[in-house]
Amino acid sequence: MAYPSDLKYTKDHEWVRLSGDTAEVGITDYAQQQLGDVVFVDLPAVGTGVTAGTPFGTIESVKAVSELFAPLSGEIVAVNERLAQAPEEVNTRPHETWMVKIRVAGGAADGLLDSTQYEGLLT
Amino acid sequence: MTETAAPALKPTPLHARHRASGARMVPYAGWDMPVEYSGITAEHLAVRSRAGVFDVSHMGEIEIAGKDALKTVQFLTSNDASRLKTGQAQYSALLTPDGTFVDDILVYRMAPSHFMIVVNAANTAKAVEWITAQAKTVGDAAVVDSSARYALIAVQGPAALDTVQPLTGADLGSVRPYWFTYGEVAQARALISRTGYTGEDGFEIFVPPNMADRVWQALLQAGHATGVVPCGLGARDTLRLEAAMRLYGQDIDERTTPIEAGLAGIVGWEKPEFIGAERLRAQRASGAERRLVGLEMSDRGIARHGHAVLNDGAPVGTVTSGTQTPFLKKAIAMAYVPAALTTPGTVVDVDIRGRLSAATVVPLPFYKRPRTV
Repeated sequence: MAYPSDLKYTKDHEWVRLSGDTAEVGITDYAQQQLGDVVFVDLPAVGTGVTAGTPFGTIESVKAVSELFAPLSGEIVAVNERLAQAPEEVNTRPHETWMVKIRVAGGAADGLLDSTQYEGLLT
Repeated sequence: MTETAAPALKPTPLHARHRASGARMVPYAGWDMPVEYSGITAEHLAVRSRAGVFDVSHMGEIEIAGKDALKTVQFLTSNDASRLKTGQAQYSALLTPDGTFVDDILVYRMAPSHFMIVVNAANTAKAVEWITAQAKTVGDAAVVDSSARYALIAVQGPAALDTVQPLTGADLGSVRPYWFTYGEVAQARALISRTGYTGEDGFEIFVPPNMADRVWQALLQAGHATGVVPCGLGARDTLRLEAAMRLYGQDIDERTTPIEAGLAGIVGWEKPEFIGAERLRAQRASGAERRLVGLEMSDRGIARHGHAVLNDGAPVGTVTSGTQTPFLKKAIAMAYVPAALTTPGTVVDVDIRGRLSAATVVPLPFYKRPRTV
């Protein structure tokens, strides 16, 4: 699967879709492959503050539990409620399935990777 | 600083086949094993509805033969092996003198004075040592680790019989659960046992290592049209948990007894003395203080191995296995709790990474296959 060039990426295998001061956050195709079948995504409530590089939630596959790391600092302004019923969408459509939307505080987008850099990380 | 290299992982006779087929491999009990082929959920559902093929060659086989073989097996294992006819197998345990598990095992009676014990991969070395040392105190019987002589392939699921039967002249329909027969499977001489670790009907096929790939390929080819798929240890774990089959190292170990684990049925109470019997009889008389129960999460969250179980805010037990099950589509777990909390319907809390989630005690197993007559 190709890594879309309109997304930014982290070394923790999250992706970010920035529009204005809002960032959709999900996990990459590589991350979902590593996890296997996702069965549960635990996300914070709207209004929660998050800090870049620190955990904001957990994602569980049949076998394992992993932490989700915030790619940016800011405030959670939306949570993808569909994932409560259909967590497998993380596997089937990883780059379309956002988990949270963060209203980004300040110019925190530094340090994110573009798709070429991210693909370089995987090889 | 010194670096110690991890010991090399052992390959099963099917290792190259798993690699070539694109299975995801993980280290397990010293072996490089496939954890999933097409995905744990898909494999799990295939076994419940059709059939799956598993490489379980990492399991150990220990043979005990000689004049005092029965006496030796009777002393070393918890169940009553004298009730086994030749061609029959039973679930049993090797116990410490404290009545706790050295391992849980299958005992096969190959001949009146010849038994084979199938042990967990992680326990093979320990079991060989234990059995060899104990057997010497009983009498005249040879103990042989024949693990390297067998590859073991499990075919599990409602379509197992229809998958294996075309490959053998043995009449598998007449082999009852926990019995075995001999025959050729895809021209490989095999011991074919109607046993498994998934809660489904199925067979475990012991073949010479150099024939494993041939048999594996033949089984997948025979099952191709009916959707039989290769499966990994991931699905094996979720399948066995739905069926509430205990996993050594998690649900049972050297700190737990068969009574506590809800496995008193594998203790031959009427048979002559055996290792651990005294402690088990005492525990049966006094009642176990804790027991393994089934839990179903009532709140959101998935209880996992090692999570604490709480009652009124106080820690009272531990989750031994837990997952979100692909077939039942619920979060289930097994846990040790005090005897007072074992009644189905009892509500406890599980500490899931610092957050308490309510769980309800339910009867085991979580899943029981629909039986056709």
